[in-house]
Amino acid sequence: MAQTVDARQALPERELVPSPPVDLGAAVKWGLIAGMTAVFVSAIGMVQAFEVRSVVVGVDLGYLVLFGAALVFGYAAARPGEQLEGFLAPERGVRNVAAGLIAGLVGGAVLWLFVLLIGAVDIRSVFPSVSPQLRDLLTFGRGAGFAAAALIGGFGLVGALGGGIPVLPERIRAPLVNALAWVLAFGLFEDLFAQIFRGAKVPFLEDLLYQPGGGLSLVGALIVFVLFFAVYLSTASRRETVRSRIATMSPSERRRWVGVGLVVAIVILAVLPQILGNFLSEVFDLAGIFLMMALGLNIVVGYAGLLDLGYVAFFAVGAYTTAVLTSPGSPRWSPEMTFVAALPFIVLAAAMAGIMVGTPVLRMRGDYLAIVTLGFGEIARLLFLSDWLKPYFGGAQGILQIPPLELGPLTFRSSLDFFYPIYAFVLVFAYVSWALQNSRIGRGWMAMREDEPVAEVMGVDVVKAKLTAFVIGAILASFGGALFAHKIGSVFPHSFQILVSIVVLVIIIVGGIGSIPGVVVGALILVGAPELLREFAEFRYLIYGVLLIFMMLKKPEGFIPSRQRARELHQEEMMQDAWLRKEEEAAAAAGS
Amino acid sequence: MTAASAAATGRGPSRFGFVKGFLWAVRILAVFGILWGSYFSITGGRLSFDQWKDLMVFGVAQGSVYALIALGYTMVYGVLGFINFAHGEVFMSGAMIGFFAANYLNQTGLWASQPFLSLFIVLLVCMTASTLVAVGVERVAYRPLRNAPRLIPLITSIGASFFLQYAFRGLFGAGVKSYPAVRALDGAWNVLGFRVIKTQGIVILAAVGMMVLLYLLVERTKTGRAMRAVAEDQEIARLMGVDVDRTIVTVFAVGGAMAGVAGLLWGLVFQQVFFFTGFLPGIKAFTSAVLGGIGNIVGAMVGGLVLGAVESIGPSLVLAGLGVPAAHQLKDVVAFLALVLVLVFRPTGIMGERLAEERA
Repeated sequence: MAQTVDARQALPERELVPSPPVDLGAAVKWGLIAGMTAVFVSAIGMVQAFEVRSVVVGVDLGYLVLFGAALVFGYAAARPGEQLEGFLAPERGVRNVAAGLIAGLVGGAVLWLFVLLIGAVDIRSVFPSVSPQLRDLLTFGRGAGFAAAALIGGFGLVGALGGGIPVLPERIRAPLVNALAWVLAFGLFEDLFAQIFRGAKVPFLEDLLYQPGGGLSLVGALIVFVLFFAVYLSTASRRETVRSRIATMSPSERRRWVGVGLVVAIVILAVLPQILGNFLSEVFDLAGIFLMMALGLNIVVGYAGLLDLGYVAFFAVGAYTTAVLTSPGSPRWSPEMTFVAALPFIVLAAAMAGIMVGTPVLRMRGDYLAIVTLGFGEIARLLFLSDWLKPYFGGAQGILQIPPLELGPLTFRSSLDFFYPIYAFVLVFAYVSWALQNSRIGRGWMAMREDEPVAEVMGVDVVKAKLTAFVIGAILASFGGALFAHKIGSVFPHSFQILVSIVVLVIIIVGGIGSIPGVVVGALILVGAPELLREFAEFRYLIYGVLLIFMMLKKPEGFIPSRQRARELHQEEMMQDAWLRKEEEAAAAAGS
Repeated sequence: MTAASAAATGRGPSRFGFVKGFLWAVRILAVFGILWGSYFSITGGRLSFDQWKDLMVFGVAQGSVYALIALGYTMVYGVLGFINFAHGEVFMSGAMIGFFAANYLNQTGLWASQPFLSLFIVLLVCMTASTLVAVGVERVAYRPLRNAPRLIPLITSIGASFFLQYAFRGLFGAGVKSYPAVRALDGAWNVLGFRVIKTQGIVILAAVGMMVLLYLLVERTKTGRAMRAVAEDQEIARLMGVDVDRTIVTVFAVGGAMAGVAGLLWGLVFQQVFFFTGFLPGIKAFTSAVLGGIGNIVGAMVGGLVLGAVESIGPSLVLAGLGVPAAHQLKDVVAFLALVLVLVFRPTGIMGERLAEERA
């Protein structure tokens, strides 16, 4: 005890040590990683597949991905280390840029060696994507000598740019990076933005921003960049005050703002499909169905902490119940109900499925639960597929002729019409999730997630809490399934593969476990983007896999984290930050 | 004790009553179903005694592949306490890269003229490939998460699993790759009245041999002792002078090598490999590990053999007896149900879990 007091008193006298400079040796390592990444994306055929999409002033996505490796790892090489206890803030300067440059040069050299290799040896019989066409792309169609200069020089330049990012003052850096990201987004999602301009009756914007061959024109890129740079720069200081204002709101005030947000969301959603048109509505419909499932899984995984990997089973139950009850083509028994009449049965079936999956896993620990639920997901699909249940569910042929969705006098046929019921349900479910979060059961879930035995001792009925989470999650997924069945007009076992569960899991993890805004944005981007960029389809799950690893290593709380969850995950760092602040204050006090 | 918690405990038993009742119903149904189905299958005489024996041998051969993969799960779980979901893909990468070696040897003619030498070469290739993948995944995806809560490396490993699947698909194409047949292994042996197809016999022999080697490695060598020490307590092992990081890498490497052997054996029995090959065997191998008692090496072997036999015989014996048509379609269902039933009946597995009390 006495010792700690002594240490506290000695603090102000201790000098802070300068942080170690950026390690140039490590830059070589990052360069090798950059080079191998570039080789990898070339060898799996990404560069070739992305060649078709021109993004900014004629530069296609393939080259962007290739040189993006240099940018990312150049940045990684130049990034100063974390500020540790008792150290001064690390210096930023020429050394960072040099680290980025070295990483880029090494990466370019590795890629160039790969070009030489595929020029000398034909490895196409093993790697089908390593074709002469790829070699042309990598040499810019001008031979190995030019490729050496272009790849090594280009990678070095881009790497140095990446290395320069940490050098910029904080005030400029964030707006710059954000504005560049928006330029990229405008270039990538040309279809989306062009359609929005057309739908909003401002078609001249499309001609202004985009060039005829596809992609942003130089003028367009500049406009987007300057616009967003200015917006981010001017609002930077205000956003912090808004954020702290939100954090200090009283519950009643917050509820009022959520109400306002709901009204705004309803207005936007009412207008949106008219602007989007049929094709883009289709994309949003699909994202909306996944969003519904993600909201449900967010309750199971995010709130209650039960890692359910077989979530697709509930989606399938919802879809098949709908199909059997509404379709005249249902094999054994077709009551041909309307959606509204079938609804109670869908909920009932989902709740029963939730209890059937939930009860055996009640006493299992987290990781066993994950694998067993995964097993249940596969069991559901295999049963729907089997000859045994073919008389009821049609086996591999599925159930066809599901009528369009009817709600009272309204019939929803086209993708454009479907937008409304889907997002109406999404709104309801988002509200339900939000309300549950702060309810008694919601707090019980979160207590259980953090420490089950302690929660149980504190009076949380763990059995009830777990089963409720499973049942509510199942019902949300079954609604998704029901709308899916009506929208597609048929159900096949093939639609309910394990991949669906994984996609939903990726959505909530990338968006932010337990965070409703995170889940919404995650679903729209992770499901919407691959639909808009068809050439992504082949690499979709590869990217999802990388995202899962990246998130768990670097941002386990997600991109739009729930405040509480982030606090739990970073408790130690925050305590350290607080300690550091105290230290600095003490030093300042001692200096004055 | 406050009134609220007293009320909660007061309510407790009734709800547990429902849960317990449900689980007992599942147990009784399972036992009843198995007995009923078997009775009708056997008395119905749908399959002859020889056919049952063939199914049994096939099940054991398949089960020994599962057992080899299960070793990787069980060792990693024993040492690090999390499920390495990507281990199925480690197995697949061995099988896939082994295919290219086998294909090359087949083109040069060595495959036909020197079948056992070429099998040995391909075996080395498979083991190397799987080991490299396993160690690489450990380095990139798991090492930074050494002290994270258990579900975080599990989610990472799901990511790694999908990354590996689709990376292999991108690199080597989506098509199914067929291993060349080994002519020298055509035909069958007769062992104690069982007709053993030669490839299946080789698979069983090789698997048993590898498992004995592994058992000796873990129980008799210094490396093995280090592994057991790290499994027991990382901190104390470190204090005792064990290089924990290196031991963990060794665990992944050995598990990967076993999966590589399984990869070649898979190629021999089923002859077909594609990027999704690792998924189901991976889950079933995990089931085997749980069945035998996770963390327990002998348990993984026993669990694998039992699961293989159950999966091979179960559909014909139980489901067909219950009047289910095309019961073989449901063999994966049987395997998954076996997992659920084991965890409901006896969560510590057949041999008892080595780390049960600590991790439960």
